Amino acid sequence: MTTTSSGQAHAGAPRSADHRLSMDELAAVIARDIPAGAFVNLGIGQPTKIADHLPADSGVVLHTENGMLNMGPKAEGDAVDPDLTNAGKVPVTELPGAAYFHHADSFAMMRGGHLDVCVLGAYQVAVNGDLANWHTGKPDAIPAVGGAMDLAIGAKDVYVMMTLFTRSGEPKLVPRCTYPLTGVGCVSRVYTDCGVFDVGPDGVRIRQTFGIGAHELAERLGISGDSPGRM
Amino acid sequence: MSRAEIVESADAAVAGIEDGSTVLVGGFGLAGMPFDLIEALIRQGAKDLTIVSNNAGNGDVGLAALLAAGRVRKVLCSFPRQADSWVFDGLYREGKIELEVVPQGNLAERMRAAGAGIGAFYCPTAVGTPLAEGKEVREIDGRTYLLEYPIKGDYALIGAHVADAMGNLVYRKTARNFGPVMATAATTTIVQVDEVVEPGKLDPEAIVTPSIYVDRVVPVKTRHYTVQGAR
Repeated sequence: MTTTSSGQAHAGAPRSADHRLSMDELAAVIARDIPAGAFVNLGIGQPTKIADHLPADSGVVLHTENGMLNMGPKAEGDAVDPDLTNAGKVPVTELPGAAYFHHADSFAMMRGGHLDVCVLGAYQVAVNGDLANWHTGKPDAIPAVGGAMDLAIGAKDVYVMMTLFTRSGEPKLVPRCTYPLTGVGCVSRVYTDCGVFDVGPDGVRIRQTFGIGAHELAERLGISGDSPGRM
Repeated sequence: MSRAEIVESADAAVAGIEDGSTVLVGGFGLAGMPFDLIEALIRQGAKDLTIVSNNAGNGDVGLAALLAAGRVRKVLCSFPRQADSWVFDGLYREGKIELEVVPQGNLAERMRAAGAGIGAFYCPTAVGTPLAEGKEVREIDGRTYLLEYPIKGDYALIGAHVADAMGNLVYRKTARNFGPVMATAATTTIVQVDEVVEPGKLDPEAIVTPSIYVDRVVPVKTRHYTVQGAR
């Protein structure tokens, strides 16, 4: 399956694809951007798919916050062990060189800046890198944060993987989050089905587009044409 | 008595837990959950309990059964809402149980602090989010932190893999999770293990929880949990 780039653009230049990406294709795009040998935490849900696209020789070591480094793929059949699960409580396997540790150590690895990359899902990301991914804010919702707030401020680079628009067509990359925040200014890059964006103190910049022109995408998001970094 | 006691039954292990106690309960989902101790606690009858655990029960067993029996006043946890947390969800919506949502890393570190004699600590997790409300904020070396207080237990109920007769513990894979931290943070630490062996049979280099943290150990013959796809 080929995915995104229409050519060998030089680093940092916007690249494009002729169609909106599936979540699997997007996972492949993210997998290619993860540096070889990195220590990486993949959030529950869609980001888990990224593991399937990491090259076998990437040397990437997956961290799961329930206490393991060098986590292997999902366990099947006889390999299922109730004592070995990922953060989503799905049975997984261990790779040679795996290590187990307790929860305080596991979160010290994040908070202490030892983890290179974390990829999370999101309800909303703001152009300044604010993240909202734990609570819809609905009055009857039972709040549940898990490790999201620790991860958001923990890894050296926090990427978000999400669809760019809600089912009703509202952008999820926004000037300012309206959902309750998970972390402030913590996200550096946003991977979506329609494009890839850098976000942060200087605002938003389009890196790649998928199935839509950069100009049209900027318009749909309300990014000003004069200064594409601002919304 | 400071030396660990090996007891014959889970009922003997939980004897004396008083009404109103704060009980730390190990496990991440089902992995490491001390089911036999929880079932014994239900039979024992202590009520008005505050439970500290990552989740708020799964299905109708373990913590969920303790909640359903009306023994729990308050839950401190990171992730109460799960696909199968209907017991907690019902009690919460009826206003029959208090909830304090704590980010997972803070839950672990606050117990670590309690076990290590730390009075409080500054932590970057949750800065700028709704969970920062009411917490002291401080800037140190250009970064913003929140003041977090220890969580100390009257009792810890944890699951480990093997104990020696001294009370030294080793765990199995990701079932380790909160066990080692909770063992340090409670006045009385009660452990269920798969097996108790003679002192000297465990490699001293591989001990995860040294016996000084352990008060009562009960060997249980059976595992009471499985995961989807297991067996």
